[in-house]
Amino acid sequence: VTTSAAARRTSLYDTHVEAGAKMVPFSGWEMPVSYDGIKEEHIAVRTHAGIFDTSHMGEIEVEGPGSLAFLQRLVTNDVAKLAIGRAQYSCLLNEEAGVIDDLFVYRLGSDRYLVITNAGNHETDLAQFGKVARDFDVYVRDAAQDYAMLAVQGPNARKIVANTLHVELPPRMGVVARKVGRRPALICGTGYTGEDGVELLVDPDIAPAIWAELVDAGVVPAGLGARDTLRLEVCFHLHGNDLTDRTDPISAGLGWACKEATGFIGSDKVAVLRANGTERKLAPFIIEGPGIPRQGNPVMVGDETVGEVSSGTFSPSLEIGIGMAYLRTDLAEPGTAIDIDVRGKRRPARVSSKPLYSKER
Amino acid sequence: MNLSEASYPEDLKYHPEHDWARIEGDEATLGITWYAQDSLGEVVFYDGPEVGAEIKKDEPYAEVESVKAVSDVIAPVSGEVIAVNDSLADAPEAVNADPYETGWMVKVRLTDPSELDQLMDSAGYTASLE
Repeated sequence: VTTSAAARRTSLYDTHVEAGAKMVPFSGWEMPVSYDGIKEEHIAVRTHAGIFDTSHMGEIEVEGPGSLAFLQRLVTNDVAKLAIGRAQYSCLLNEEAGVIDDLFVYRLGSDRYLVITNAGNHETDLAQFGKVARDFDVYVRDAAQDYAMLAVQGPNARKIVANTLHVELPPRMGVVARKVGRRPALICGTGYTGEDGVELLVDPDIAPAIWAELVDAGVVPAGLGARDTLRLEVCFHLHGNDLTDRTDPISAGLGWACKEATGFIGSDKVAVLRANGTERKLAPFIIEGPGIPRQGNPVMVGDETVGEVSSGTFSPSLEIGIGMAYLRTDLAEPGTAIDIDVRGKRRPARVSSKPLYSKER
Repeated sequence: MNLSEASYPEDLKYHPEHDWARIEGDEATLGITWYAQDSLGEVVFYDGPEVGAEIKKDEPYAEVESVKAVSDVIAPVSGEVIAVNDSLADAPEAVNADPYETGWMVKVRLTDPSELDQLMDSAGYTASLE
């Protein structure tokens, strides 16, 4: 994580401060962690609709006749399967199959793509894009300044966005270009909460007005705190916790997003890991009694350390400690009893299946 | 859900680590201040000592956790724990809602009443926060 003296602010900074948000440093940005409380914001997203400022996330535009070949080399998923107006999850790997970042790729036109990066990795990603682009007939541009990003998520999110902004929304995992607030915008049927909803990529200048309209329509402002508890309940990875440039996608359970036949950077290593299996595997778990697991807690079976927690929190939906941990592969099966060493106290836990939370449960 | 305004009752003694003590003879009831619970956010887990435990001034005697963070609770005085607030196991949010009454943590029998001289009054603690 790079921390500069002056944290950057999104175009919604004043909006957050006026709403009484608690602002915290995050990946070089000053972001709202919560407004009225993480639990309430979390439950609002699960039961109604919440809005997140995710403008700190980066965007990279890829354009030109070599776009597809370039992306096939650069990212792990099969971009040839991505139709115009669709979104795809992918990883950006180094030669050793370490995860530099995890990304969403939107196909906007026949030779035009937009890639969404994590705030803390944007500069590293750009460097990697630029380096690989030399071998392709492709134009890569940092578009992070062009967009504010608003994620509106929850069972009522689509209905409220459609009625408030008077726009037709794309299907889940779709993306459409629409006029919002008299400016061009992209509306994406994606999210990071496990709920239905959309992500809006809009002109930063009009983001505060759109935010205000949606909040007036009943959408609840939600901060990064709730974003983290929501994503962890549905076992979505967070780069920096569950993924790093020293973890590979197979151990992380992201084999489904890797299509080695496309020849992406690191594909040979991924093929070997997939064929031979990995020593450890990322697995979700639930604490069976009191205690809240945190990143870095050792995982124990008997006297042996068998893994480490990569993400841990209190689940507002389940009202119990939950997390994900890298475990010795033979232990990463749902039902396995483990102990989490939470600051010297052993907390019994059980390996679970994904997701930890679902409406049907 | 929380006391929305900062409040530091006059009848309590305060420790710089944001803990309070209500002194009654040679006994004291302990908890964390409005400032501490506001900084922490919604408390979702409390892990405290058992009756009979010895706690020592300036040292942690319990842990209190919000969704995002864990924090040690520092003893403002030394003593032997004679009562614990069992209701915090099921309703830790009382620490936010009412940090000075239903959100109390332990009651101790003082082992060194002279320590009380080192604690601040409400005005002193309030000034220390500015």
